[in-house]
Amino acid sequence: MLEIRNLCAGVDGKEILKNLNLTVKPGEVHAVMGPNGSGKSTLASVLAGKPEFEVTSGTVTYNGHDLLELAPEERAQQGIFLAFQYPVEIPGVNSTYFLKAALNECRKAKGQPELDAVEFLAVVKQKIKLLDLDPSLLNRPVNEGFSGGEKKRNEIFQMAVLEPKLAILDETDSGLDIDALKIVAGGVTKLRRPDNSAIVITHYQRLLNYIVPDYVHVLADGQIIKSGGKELAFELEERGYDWVLEGAGVK
Amino acid sequence: MAQVVNTPTRRQYAPASVRDPLHGNSDKLLNCFKQLPAELNPLWLKVLRASALHKFISQGFPTVKDEEWRFTNVAPILELALHTPEQPARKLTEADLKQFSFGDLDTRRIVFVDGHFAPELSNAAGNGVDVMSMRNALNSPWVERHLARHASFEHNAFAALNTALFHDGVFVSVPAHRVLERPIHILHVVTEPQSGAIFQPRNLIVAGDGASAKVIEHYVSLGNGAAEPYLTNAVTELVLGEEALIEHIKFQVESEKAFHVATLQAHQAKGSVWTSHSISTGARLARNTIQTVLGDKGCNCIMNGLYLGRGDQLVDHHTVMDHAKPHCESHEYYHGILSDRSRGVFNGKIFVRKDAQKTNAKQTNRNLLLSDDAVIDTKPQLEIFADDVKCTHGATIGQLDAKSLFYLQARGIPKAMARRMLIYAFASEVIERISLPQIREELDKVLLERFAK
Repeated sequence: MLEIRNLCAGVDGKEILKNLNLTVKPGEVHAVMGPNGSGKSTLASVLAGKPEFEVTSGTVTYNGHDLLELAPEERAQQGIFLAFQYPVEIPGVNSTYFLKAALNECRKAKGQPELDAVEFLAVVKQKIKLLDLDPSLLNRPVNEGFSGGEKKRNEIFQMAVLEPKLAILDETDSGLDIDALKIVAGGVTKLRRPDNSAIVITHYQRLLNYIVPDYVHVLADGQIIKSGGKELAFELEERGYDWVLEGAGVK
Repeated sequence: MAQVVNTPTRRQYAPASVRDPLHGNSDKLLNCFKQLPAELNPLWLKVLRASALHKFISQGFPTVKDEEWRFTNVAPILELALHTPEQPARKLTEADLKQFSFGDLDTRRIVFVDGHFAPELSNAAGNGVDVMSMRNALNSPWVERHLARHASFEHNAFAALNTALFHDGVFVSVPAHRVLERPIHILHVVTEPQSGAIFQPRNLIVAGDGASAKVIEHYVSLGNGAAEPYLTNAVTELVLGEEALIEHIKFQVESEKAFHVATLQAHQAKGSVWTSHSISTGARLARNTIQTVLGDKGCNCIMNGLYLGRGDQLVDHHTVMDHAKPHCESHEYYHGILSDRSRGVFNGKIFVRKDAQKTNAKQTNRNLLLSDDAVIDTKPQLEIFADDVKCTHGATIGQLDAKSLFYLQARGIPKAMARRMLIYAFASEVIERISLPQIREELDKVLLERFAK
């Protein structure tokens, strides 16, 4: 589904990802862990197409196509979803209007008919339960006045509505208390399907108690320095990152 | 809006060349004045007109050396052969006006075609409410009492010119304690003007104690817009009795060849509430002077405005909130969206006079610049002579927020559509303050057309 080969990328002329390799197959959940500043969020931004990030070399192939050729909206329409670490507040843009437009653009790209208001609301009603989100939030402008937890739940709610093929969760657990974390992780788990994949970026192991990964990768200094199964996350939790970094000669 | 600007941003101009301020027109003006028919010149008005003409001839048109006109150069107006058309250039029918209605909004409409009252297209009067041609109202004691008593022409050359030479306009009188259900729609249509045609509507709206009304002052050009440059020079005075409630919507969508200069002056009595909306999207040069005197305790004024500029348009708002008495409140919200090489000017003055303790005044001006060549000159001006007051102001200038744009795109919304959503969001904060849904819908349409690409 996703194949990243020797990816080098950065921002403002500073190289952050250095020869990064990662392969994600359908149905797999990959956790990307690592210390602060290792390039985790850069990876998420590059995959979603954030304009200020520049790819200097390497390839990213998504379902057989060159992902880096696509505009951010085209990536989203092709099924890539980024759950933002810091969702933006957009005053004046109504949440429901925004999400309906987004869903219909994604449907159009897939050759599916657009949903009218009634059909859309039926989808919303069904998905909003998954995230235990207050429906009145949807009458507000996008993320405006939402609490930190509400913003994160709203990201996963949008994901539930858009039904992406590849979800990238960028530190979705940061700033969440344990109850909110359970709701968010529960939502993600319920949305797992054999043909959908996810990259879960996190600093802490605790999220992985709820979203159980197939693979765990340690990202440091722009490269994946160690990969393993879910037990690697426990080991990192117990022993910290230093032993991996030293083993890889990064530290 | 990233950048907060507290000091005025300005753009330098070469000083206007020294010129005859009237461009050799003073004889012509005197002639126009002398030729005013008697019915337009009752004695009380003749005195005012003479004094206004004297003022105008001695001052001439303003130049960019005049502080109030620094950023708005009216020199191109003076290059026109200004003249007042004696007849409408063409006759209009009900069908021609369809495009200037607001959906299913039922209004009392009074129509002027090329400056001339069109009774056959008007349906405004009735039920004891006067909505009439000013020409037919000059004998009313209300007109004599209020006309030119509020909009001073001392320091306003265009108001002086209008006062000296106006032929017609609208007089509205809403009796005390009357609540008008149907909004009054004052429609000024310019059809096919010759170059240099000048239209000088003169409007007076008097709301008695406890009266309530909505007034739409609407300036349009026919069809795709007049091909020749012309000047609209309007003055509207608005007198609010005690506890009167007026919502005034000025909607200026004239041809982008036109010059539009307008003064709107309100005077508010005790406990009155005036909501002013100024929507300015048309004209090559639009200068809106909007002023109120909060003349007694408990007055409230909202000035709400949206201006759009494109091409080489210039749109200028000069506002004055004059807090003359204590315990009054004013809120001002102006949003501008400027693209191409267009320019915006916002100058918001707040006076808090010595008597005006416990004043609460708030002003914000936000600007969205959609191109590198668009310019905004924004300047708050607070003059406070009382000590127990709350006054705030803020101006921002910015571009579309890149983070918001990316967020929308990352959900599958194409960039052009995402831009439109953000532009619309910026404008909608102002539009939503208008109470009439049909007007909001019309504005939605204007925005959609403008930013559809």
